Amino acid sequence: MSENTRTVENATCTFCGCVCDDMVLTVDLDQKRITKAKNACVLGRAWFAEHTVEDRPVALIGGKEASLEQAVEEAAHILANARFPIVYGLSDTTCEAQRQAVAITDMVHGTIDTTTSVCHGPSGIAFQGVGESTASLGEIKNRADLVVYWGGNPAESHPRHFTRYAVTPKGMFIPNGRKDRTVVLVDVRKTPSAPVADIFLQVKPGKDFELIWALRALVKGRRISPAIEEETGIALSTLEDLAQRMKNCRYGVLFFGMGLTMTRGRHFNSGGILALATDLNEYTHFVAKPVRGHGNVTGADNVVSWQTGYPFGVNFSRGYPRFNPGEFTTVDTLSRGEADAAMIIASDPASNFPRRAIEHLRKIPVISLDTKPTETSQLARVAFSTATYGISVGGTVYRMDDVPITLRTAFDSPFPSDEAVLSAIRNRVAELLAEKHGYGMLKKAS
Amino acid sequence: MAETMILIPGRTSKQGTSLNAGKLKGEYLEVTTTVEMNSDDMQRLGLNDGDQVRLSNEIGETLLRCKGRKPADLPAGVLFMAYGPASSLLMESDTAGSGMPISKNFEVQVEPVK
Repeated sequence: MSENTRTVENATCTFCGCVCDDMVLTVDLDQKRITKAKNACVLGRAWFAEHTVEDRPVALIGGKEASLEQAVEEAAHILANARFPIVYGLSDTTCEAQRQAVAITDMVHGTIDTTTSVCHGPSGIAFQGVGESTASLGEIKNRADLVVYWGGNPAESHPRHFTRYAVTPKGMFIPNGRKDRTVVLVDVRKTPSAPVADIFLQVKPGKDFELIWALRALVKGRRISPAIEEETGIALSTLEDLAQRMKNCRYGVLFFGMGLTMTRGRHFNSGGILALATDLNEYTHFVAKPVRGHGNVTGADNVVSWQTGYPFGVNFSRGYPRFNPGEFTTVDTLSRGEADAAMIIASDPASNFPRRAIEHLRKIPVISLDTKPTETSQLARVAFSTATYGISVGGTVYRMDDVPITLRTAFDSPFPSDEAVLSAIRNRVAELLAEKHGYGMLKKAS
Repeated sequence: MAETMILIPGRTSKQGTSLNAGKLKGEYLEVTTTVEMNSDDMQRLGLNDGDQVRLSNEIGETLLRCKGRKPADLPAGVLFMAYGPASSLLMESDTAGSGMPISKNFEVQVEPVK
């Protein structure tokens, strides 16, 4: 390590939705590398250590090295000439970049969707139907004495969730920390999160909805048959005990994850949890929070919502925003072969989407923006290498509880930010559309 | 002889750390092509840790290395693996109008590969 180092205090880790903003980074400025990330969990340490300045071209067109300007030009033409362009991803970039993506999609009458559609999209659909009794993580840390994790494994996906927010820390009204809390975990398998829980409910796969509905009934004082054990794998006495604990706690929280959104039932499962939390407010104070996976997927929900009125799966074909999951969400617009161009920002659908969607992605012109090579960047017609947010790029991100946090940078990067690339594309698209449609100040004299 | 089991792809610690190193690199590929199986099921199928299995359904198929888990932790007939390109090959694309493809708890046929 060189002598030329600096320390960045209160830096923010954006690997997962915890968005811990108490990082203390030691940065080797000569090597442009973070050599230490104090307070980071195992995932955060890997995030900070592995994002360095890689020796790669800033842009590729058709796999060949190109300049930024050439790539912007090619990308702008692709988007301006497409009939059904889609813009997807956005969970690992700043709000400032996300705004540019929405602006571009609006201009080209495209469809914008984020990774939310394959994550907590079902929860977003449920919010609209049922509503959300909610709180910030700070309020939960300070008040919650009953913490229920349902369908998630924070020990491996959000390691500091337990220690920073919800299980061990002392709070204003939780002076003894862990000792003042009861922790419940509901899952189909015994994960590394199970030892953290006081009560572990191993539910049968595919039976979360039945379990949630039985709990709702018990909370409301209805009788439930002992046959619930055969159905869900959980004994009636266990459920009755849990219902009593939930009604008698001072402040409870239900944290829920992909076990509910990604399985049969999807938004009905999420909706059941949200309804359960709302029901419990007849007796005590209870909230429900979806546990978000990426550093700024919550920001994507916020930006797309405030700009279009809807959180994801938004189409502008008619010149105004329309929302319809299943119609305008990306697995669908790709699998049905509807998209004729795609811009993928800070995400990797070519790795994680169903096969039929990936097959179509290979057939259309794709623009990708990413900090590292991925399956998606490899199949792209135009691939931009961009600088990493929270390490070389500042801006705003939203933590999983909708709290906006400002990023601090560690070292400069020769690569542009996503925001810079998207702004350049936006400006060029605006010019191309003006030429095409003959309007505005660029209208050519006849 | 193929058996029907339920596959749950999900996050793991190693998947999270290795993807930071690079999703096209060896460690990530190894992590996302390993499947955890109930040890009683493995014994019945004549499998040891590290043996190859084929997981398939009407969508696709993939070859993975298996790793045993205690029955108390992973129930019989349930498989778990770190999600990635291999697990995604088995996902149905029809989202039933929700935008979300079923990504956990879906059926696969499991057979040892000699």
